[in-house]
Amino acid sequence: MTKPAKARPIRFLLDGEVRELADIDPTLTVLNLLRYELRRTGTKEGCAEGDCGACTVVLGEVVEDFVRFRAVNACILFAPMLDGRALFTVESLKRDGKLHPVQRAMVESHASQCGFCTPGFVMSLYARQRDRPPFHTTTLKDALAGNLCRCTGYGPILAAGDTMGPDPDEAEIEALNKALYAIQPKKSLALAYKGRQFFAPRTADEFAALFETYPDATVLAGGTDVGLWVTKQGRTLQTLISLNEVREFKFIEGPPDGDLRLGAAVRYEDVQWVFEKRYPEIFQLVRRLGGLQVRNLGTVCGNIANGSPIGDMPPALIAAGATLVLRKGAIRRELPLEDYFLAYGKQDRRPGEFVEAVVIPKIPADRIFRLYKLSKRFDQDISAVCAGISIGVEAGQVTDARIAFGGMAATPKRAAACEAALTGQPWTEATVRAAAEALANDFQPIDDMRASAAYRLKAAQNLLIRAFAEGAGAARLADLEPAHG
Amino acid sequence: MADSTAATLGTLTALHAAIAHDSAEKHVAGEALYIDDLPEPAGLLHLYVGQSGRAHARVTRLDLTAVRAAPGVVCVLTSADVPGRNDIGPVQNDEPLLPEGIVRFVGQPLFAVAAETLPKARAAAAMAVIEYEDLPPLLTIEAARAANSLIEDSQTMRLGDAAAAIAAAPHALSGTLAIGGQDHFYLEGQVALVVPGEDGDLHVWSSTQNPTETQHLIARCLALPDHAIAVEVRRMGGGFGGKETQSIHYAALAALVTAKTGRPAKVRLDRDDDMVMTGKRHAFITDWQVGFDGDGVLRGAAFELAARCGHSADLSIAINDRAMFHADNAYALKAAHIVSHRLRTNTVSDTAFRGFGGPQGMMGIERAIDAIALRLGKDALDVRLANLYGVAGDQTPYGQTVTDAVAFELMTELAESCAYRARRTAIAKWNAANPTLKRGLALTPVKFGISFTANHLNQAGALVHVYTDGSIHLNHGGTEMGQGLNIKVAQVVAHEFQVPLERVKITSTRTDKVPNTSATAASSGSDLNGMAAQAAARTIKDRLIAFAAKEFTCKPAEVVFAMDGVTAGATSLTFAELVRRAYFDRVSLSSTGYYRTPEIHYDRARHQGRPFYYFAYGAACSEVAIDTATGENRVTRVDILHDVGRSLNPAVDLGQIEGGFIQGMGWLTTEELVFDAKGALKTHAPSTYKIPTAGDRPDAFNVAIWDRGENREATIHRSKAVGEPPLMLAISVFSALTDAVAAAADHKVMPNLDAPATPERILAAVEDVRRRAADV
Repeated sequence: MTKPAKARPIRFLLDGEVRELADIDPTLTVLNLLRYELRRTGTKEGCAEGDCGACTVVLGEVVEDFVRFRAVNACILFAPMLDGRALFTVESLKRDGKLHPVQRAMVESHASQCGFCTPGFVMSLYARQRDRPPFHTTTLKDALAGNLCRCTGYGPILAAGDTMGPDPDEAEIEALNKALYAIQPKKSLALAYKGRQFFAPRTADEFAALFETYPDATVLAGGTDVGLWVTKQGRTLQTLISLNEVREFKFIEGPPDGDLRLGAAVRYEDVQWVFEKRYPEIFQLVRRLGGLQVRNLGTVCGNIANGSPIGDMPPALIAAGATLVLRKGAIRRELPLEDYFLAYGKQDRRPGEFVEAVVIPKIPADRIFRLYKLSKRFDQDISAVCAGISIGVEAGQVTDARIAFGGMAATPKRAAACEAALTGQPWTEATVRAAAEALANDFQPIDDMRASAAYRLKAAQNLLIRAFAEGAGAARLADLEPAHG
Repeated sequence: MADSTAATLGTLTALHAAIAHDSAEKHVAGEALYIDDLPEPAGLLHLYVGQSGRAHARVTRLDLTAVRAAPGVVCVLTSADVPGRNDIGPVQNDEPLLPEGIVRFVGQPLFAVAAETLPKARAAAAMAVIEYEDLPPLLTIEAARAANSLIEDSQTMRLGDAAAAIAAAPHALSGTLAIGGQDHFYLEGQVALVVPGEDGDLHVWSSTQNPTETQHLIARCLALPDHAIAVEVRRMGGGFGGKETQSIHYAALAALVTAKTGRPAKVRLDRDDDMVMTGKRHAFITDWQVGFDGDGVLRGAAFELAARCGHSADLSIAINDRAMFHADNAYALKAAHIVSHRLRTNTVSDTAFRGFGGPQGMMGIERAIDAIALRLGKDALDVRLANLYGVAGDQTPYGQTVTDAVAFELMTELAESCAYRARRTAIAKWNAANPTLKRGLALTPVKFGISFTANHLNQAGALVHVYTDGSIHLNHGGTEMGQGLNIKVAQVVAHEFQVPLERVKITSTRTDKVPNTSATAASSGSDLNGMAAQAAARTIKDRLIAFAAKEFTCKPAEVVFAMDGVTAGATSLTFAELVRRAYFDRVSLSSTGYYRTPEIHYDRARHQGRPFYYFAYGAACSEVAIDTATGENRVTRVDILHDVGRSLNPAVDLGQIEGGFIQGMGWLTTEELVFDAKGALKTHAPSTYKIPTAGDRPDAFNVAIWDRGENREATIHRSKAVGEPPLMLAISVFSALTDAVAAAADHKVMPNLDAPATPERILAAVEDVRRRAADV
């Protein structure tokens, strides 16, 4: 193994001041950095897995020619991911002994009880206040779905979010932007620590070459999955290669009436505003995927690449007819997304090969395209069943069907028998019911803590029927208003 | 609601005002210190606790050689290292600090590793070589009942002859309801920090609701006198009952490390470990039987309550007693037979959780009332109203007469304000037109008995110092877990002296300031500690009055405290000036205060007496919608009217009401504890265990404090306890979901919906009612 020569330190802003980190464990989490190295203890650990939001901090990040502010979970964010970014913690907000308007609103709304989740809520609201449209695709409740509070019942916190005043210091943003541009790295990051390595290349070619050299390396995107390998499984990751600093991997490309191509480093929240306009069903599904903090880091491609049977992107994008672009060195190949998943834990990906992009075709307006997610909790839960349903109908006949499910098998999978039962048949309830029956031939789901096998199958069948009923104008549960007396 | 922090802070009308939590400004700035935020003392050791991997087994080999040799490890503890009594059971002596030979649940603390860092301790613990010889485990209520595995004899409470009353009634119904447990999911996990002093004394910072019990049990484990242990808690990051006893195990392990090594020690559980290792709300199976007349009025009721208690008694005896006390909820049963089985299982020891068995107790009668209404084709609200205490009778099954019944007023007022009747009609119409989505509605009451049912716990102490600059140091035996106890007690003290609130310094709870305290539990915090602090303040105030009367030659009655000052006859002076002059006259400016709840008594052998000083009441109306194809569900509107007597602090009380409701809603809907066939908890992190999020709170959420509320008993400023009762308002959600399921089969048959009502259970219940309705 080659040891990278003369590593430059990680450089980031904290409260507007440049901080440098050298000789650190590359999988030290930002939470532990803050709490145990810097002794900034306002940021709390509630779960160490990115599900409770008590550790929420805000990252300021240069995106092309402006700065975005994102709430992220410090507990699963590795310290090298701070490179070139501005970090804000709950301690950053108070100035000259005066509470920030977000903090003031929280106090005035009686939004804290035990106070342990409070810094995380403050930071989620702070990010919401500072981030700018067109990226604001979230409602207040969506913005807070990644923060758990066990005391208040959320009412007062929502009230604080509704009443918080504007950020007090616009001028400060100018200064911050300047400082942030000043620390933008020119060179790739290469860290060595006790025989372990962390690379953050800045071009796609560099990334591809590095991964060929280190085919056993862990590819790091948002870290919303990899982070848990460290915090929960206690794994030591030998070599990490981050794709977060590769500009080409962040591209969102595609004419309005054509395919949409998402690079490997495109995060959910980077593309939600595009999904909202062009793929409203995907937008609604992604809204429920993780909390905002997870969607601010997690990538669409990462949700595919890790091969999980319960990721929500695969069934949705398989149904949409997406294609995966795989790359090894300079060689690229494309394959239909469904063909990527070979078996549990096994994907069609060779050593040194990585998911470079996913291409989502435009969905014709006259096509039936529905995505459904079943989980115990509506927001921020892992699906028991996730359904992607895409059906072409011409003159009352089904021309083709792409029906894919997550949570029903060891991989995300198309429902061949169900599709066959639909194709060429009249688009009627009878056809749909027969196709729903056929799902029993496609899937033998398992019992686990999320749902029983019997529930999964029955609910999957009923979701197909729902797609038909909604086409006929049936109401959606999520849209119901309270009854009027 | 009155909002205002800045506006009211500093005024002298602190009492009954909506004042912000005393730590609110620190919470939002990240400046409120929790135990893991305290500066770490030099030489600190970090603990990781090794767990049993089996539900019930003999440990045939526990080889910790590699653990001891691992880098950074300083000390490894097993049962052999406990110098005193190896037991931390708070009631029965059946819970070893570290087990000897036999393990009794998956996750039981088996050994502890202390190392220079937490990662090192954790890595070392993984090197333990443990071999087991499995013993047959009892994992479920059913299995434990079949084996008659009990933590104590089954208990019976009787009012009249229920069997005869039911048999003679015009109608009878029966059923069974399974009710799941609940993890506390306090955001701050279990944590303790122990620092050695001289003479082997230990100072223990623990995130605990129960400093005194922590002190006593650590002393017992270490064979030290109680005076050697000082326990301190400034605040918890949530408790909810989960730190009433469960915190003690970990504080005691840290104390053992410090006692062994002479070095400070900290233990902080990772979320997954916390959820696997610490006790939860008891799961129940309730069999119910009711006899009633054609108007739905009860003639008699019988309940058999079977509770999973886990491997040890912990607080299960009192919790199950409280389940029995609340089997009637707010209804006069006329004749009752309540049997309670407390089952010992090979699962984590179930423990206190907001409501303390009361919520599970109430579920049976609420299900029964829904069943009566469906059978008679009546609106469930009418059946509820017809059976309330104050309407149908006043005798509880435990011999206490209900003299303060206000549920009827609350419910009728709420039904009016939330347009219950009109919405009921609208929903019936809507359901008739919608085959797949169904709506449900329910308005349910809560009546909750206030007092510890273990009589001796109904006492409290406080310590108040007035300094010569007029500033006041307040200390009491209650602990702050977010419920706003400290601000309420400070309001009481500021009111006594008529000084601005900021004169009163709230300080951490310490066993060396106020000794022999009860846990902050049973919703009793303000009732007990507010009175004790008032007593302490009044003692000092009486001394000041006597001094002022002498000094300014007036009658004591002519000494008046007001507006941060004192008028004594013709003389006026500031509070600080009076205090200063009193000091020079050698008047003691410090006092303890003490309070014991009057009038309560209970004969547990007969389950008769007056266990409760008074009752707290509330009512909630919940509207829900379900999808009968998938079981997905939503709460679409909630209206709450709750009685807190004369609120000491409406902002704090509203927070308790709304927060308690949402927590109860989680218990009955999304929060599911799933154990596998070997007894391992599979839902041990927020990724799999789903407490409500902001999105689960309906936009239409109307909550009000009852403006006519006043405690008839002489509680602190006629307020009522509010910590636990609102949780049970969420039974309205469960009842509404049941109503929606019934609507899926046109209310022809009663649903068998168990709790929590997950999508899966709702779908199963829908299919079941449709099947049975087709057979009717």
